[in-house]
Amino acid sequence: MKVIIDGKDVELQEQKTILKVAEEIGIEIPTLCHHDGLSSYGSCRLCIVEITNNGNTEIDTACTRSVEDGMEIKTATERLTEERKLIAELLLAQAPESEKLKASLSKLGVQESRFEAREDSDCIVCGRCVRACKEEVGAGAITFVGRGYKTKVDTPFSINSDVCIGCTACAEVCPTGAITVEDEEAMRYIRYFNTELELAECAECGKYINPKRMIEKLKKEDFAYYPEENFELCEACRRNKEMNKFADKFLEAK
Amino acid sequence: MKSLVELKELKEKVQIDLEKTEKKILVCGGTGCVSSGCKEVQEALSSELAANDLEDEYKIVETGCHGFCEKGPLVIVYPEEVFYCKVSPEDTKELVEEQLLKEEVVEKLLYQDPVSKESISSYRDIAFYSAQQQTALANCGHIDPEDIEEYIATGGYEALGKAVTEMEAQEVIDEVKEAGLRGRGGGGFPTGLKWQFTRDAENDTKYIICNADEGDPGAFMDRSILEGDPHKVLEGMIIAGYAIGADKGYIYVRAEYPLAVKRLKKAISQARERGLLGENLFGTDFDFDLHIKAGAGAFVCGEETALIASIEGKRGMPQSRPPYPSQEGLWGKPTNVNNVETYSNISTIITNGADEFSSVGTEDSKGTKVFALAGKINNTGLVEVPMGITMKEIIYDIGGGIPNDKEFKAVQIGGPSGGCLPEEKLDLPIDYDSLTDAGAMMGSGGLVVMDEGTCMVDIARFFLDFTVSESCGKCTPCSEGTQRMLEILERITQGKGKEEDLDELENLGKTITDTSLCGLGKTASNPVLSTLNYFRDEYEAHVNDRTCPAGACKPLIEYHVTDDCSGCTKCVDECPADVISGEKKEKHAIDRTECTKCGVCIDVCPFDAIIKK
Repeated sequence: MKVIIDGKDVELQEQKTILKVAEEIGIEIPTLCHHDGLSSYGSCRLCIVEITNNGNTEIDTACTRSVEDGMEIKTATERLTEERKLIAELLLAQAPESEKLKASLSKLGVQESRFEAREDSDCIVCGRCVRACKEEVGAGAITFVGRGYKTKVDTPFSINSDVCIGCTACAEVCPTGAITVEDEEAMRYIRYFNTELELAECAECGKYINPKRMIEKLKKEDFAYYPEENFELCEACRRNKEMNKFADKFLEAK
Repeated sequence: MKSLVELKELKEKVQIDLEKTEKKILVCGGTGCVSSGCKEVQEALSSELAANDLEDEYKIVETGCHGFCEKGPLVIVYPEEVFYCKVSPEDTKELVEEQLLKEEVVEKLLYQDPVSKESISSYRDIAFYSAQQQTALANCGHIDPEDIEEYIATGGYEALGKAVTEMEAQEVIDEVKEAGLRGRGGGGFPTGLKWQFTRDAENDTKYIICNADEGDPGAFMDRSILEGDPHKVLEGMIIAGYAIGADKGYIYVRAEYPLAVKRLKKAISQARERGLLGENLFGTDFDFDLHIKAGAGAFVCGEETALIASIEGKRGMPQSRPPYPSQEGLWGKPTNVNNVETYSNISTIITNGADEFSSVGTEDSKGTKVFALAGKINNTGLVEVPMGITMKEIIYDIGGGIPNDKEFKAVQIGGPSGGCLPEEKLDLPIDYDSLTDAGAMMGSGGLVVMDEGTCMVDIARFFLDFTVSESCGKCTPCSEGTQRMLEILERITQGKGKEEDLDELENLGKTITDTSLCGLGKTASNPVLSTLNYFRDEYEAHVNDRTCPAGACKPLIEYHVTDDCSGCTKCVDECPADVISGEKKEKHAIDRTECTKCGVCIDVCPFDAIIKK
């Protein structure tokens, strides 16, 4: 399979997305909703490229579109740059306070938005959190609610989730920092989703560690190589325990 | 059904039975007539028949939509085939006594030609019908949609029998390809080619889907076909199943169409009873069955990938294509998705052949197209016309022109995804490509006519408002961009527009069209871009002069009393806000600070002495 990206000839053996191929040959295409560890989604539209094949030119997103033989792909035409800027300003107006978002969009030369700021939250509905929770964690605690520009991510009925395990993956992948996690004493609060979880205490030192629900879920998963009791320990105590085990074995062998 | 011979024998038997009851009264039971009171008319007719001992002689048949919704409730008396319109329950006594007993036509219930003032007793002679050419609608309004035998009597299911017993699957596809049928849901993709892709996709399991999620404001084509002739849709789907190698199909129909759902359910169960759905159809090894999935009313679910997600029980959100449903569709299997009207054309193509089908239409758009006429037009209703007909013929010859002697201004074709065409485009022969070139699109077939009193900025705002609230919220340009366009349009219609707003609208519109994920977003800007193109002066008047030339945007107009006022006090009495003052025989005055601009004074003034400016 042969394609041309920004004038460079590329030969491929296997199917890949345009984004992946561009990355491999050192062409950077801006992204926001894309995350290497999650499925392709194509919602932010920042990674648009111009594709010409069989005489037709179209615009599509590099993160969702697989390369096809004969494609000629342009990643930074004047039209694309202008449209990306407009999209970036639409995004920025949704999360005007987000420093994280500002930092990513500044690469596109966008510092401020021509559109009136929307103050309700910093969520840009990119769906990374939804995908992480469903695909990677397997909890499916959050999803999209509402339609159009009023769409937001939430738990069902916007109440304390009974399936969230408090793993914080959602906050980890959020590109705007809209989701925050706070541990206070024996509780973990994910206030953005009106959710709170009880934290377990380390079986050795009593320090608060992961949420109880997360530990229960992890125990049910197949971690044959991992001793179950380790889930109940904090990182320091776990390390101590493993070191002691290792030392015992070492001394025994001697 | 074991064989085609068995079906033909049944057809002959049913035809003989139907001829025995040639005395019948057809009452249109389409949604338009239901809302104008056909149920009450039907009940009154029943009791009148009983009162005159005619109930055994005449059979009342509730049909699907006959098309002429404007004149409903419609009643047709057979064998004379007298067409009565605007029938009320009170009229039924006279109708039964005169028409049925004395065999004399009830003149006052006949359609009157608006120009010649002549009463017309056969619907075939009415311009609304005579200029039409019906394929998809051929049986609508003529048969009882809840009786499979009536469909069989018209030759129904013979195309299916012919396809599965006499044709190879590939031959069926070739016939559809040759006919030149293109998708009637709006996109206009060649149907045969779509079938071929799905057939060629390698997989043991494939599906057929009928998209009956008609959601455009002002469109009721698919609804009328489903309500009026559900078996025709079923037959088209089963043939498609045979052609592509699928044994299961889904009809995704809006839950807001309860009558369509009811009739589909009935049609499916009747087809199962007759062995037209199920295993070993016509004695072959072809099995096919159908299921109904009721949609919850999201416009975006008319987009095929969102529709599939919805059937799978997920939130109705579109996905990027490719992969197309023909490669990876329902449950990841190759799936053929066509719209109701597309399937309704299939049996005709198989029965009459591709040549006859493609003899109608233009070079690249073959056959006929159903349109729903709505808005400022005399003959609101459902029509089917050959491709290539001009908009002028539809609006004036069939639609009867604009009511109240008003001037035509524009026609919105294709609903919220389509565009507004001005008078100079009325001679355009209608086909998929000419409409797209003109900045509109065929869409599913909604035609909303607008007169001089319609503000084009406001109409663009109206359609965009619809799209904004129906956007699924997934991609940025559609969910955010359309809302920003709407904010600008609202500003303009309130008289707060800025000079740079028009360029910004164009800019946003183009980017949304270029970069949105699905068809909804890609076409959302069409109403704005087309009105900006054809009616830019109206936009400029709003922004630069703070006036609405059509007099529709309330914040931009004021009511004035002219010197024509004779001082009759009619407006003084009728004004709901009580802001008009004046003595008899003296010119009246409006207190504009309190005026709510409701327009009652204009309506009641016998001297046209109140104007908006």
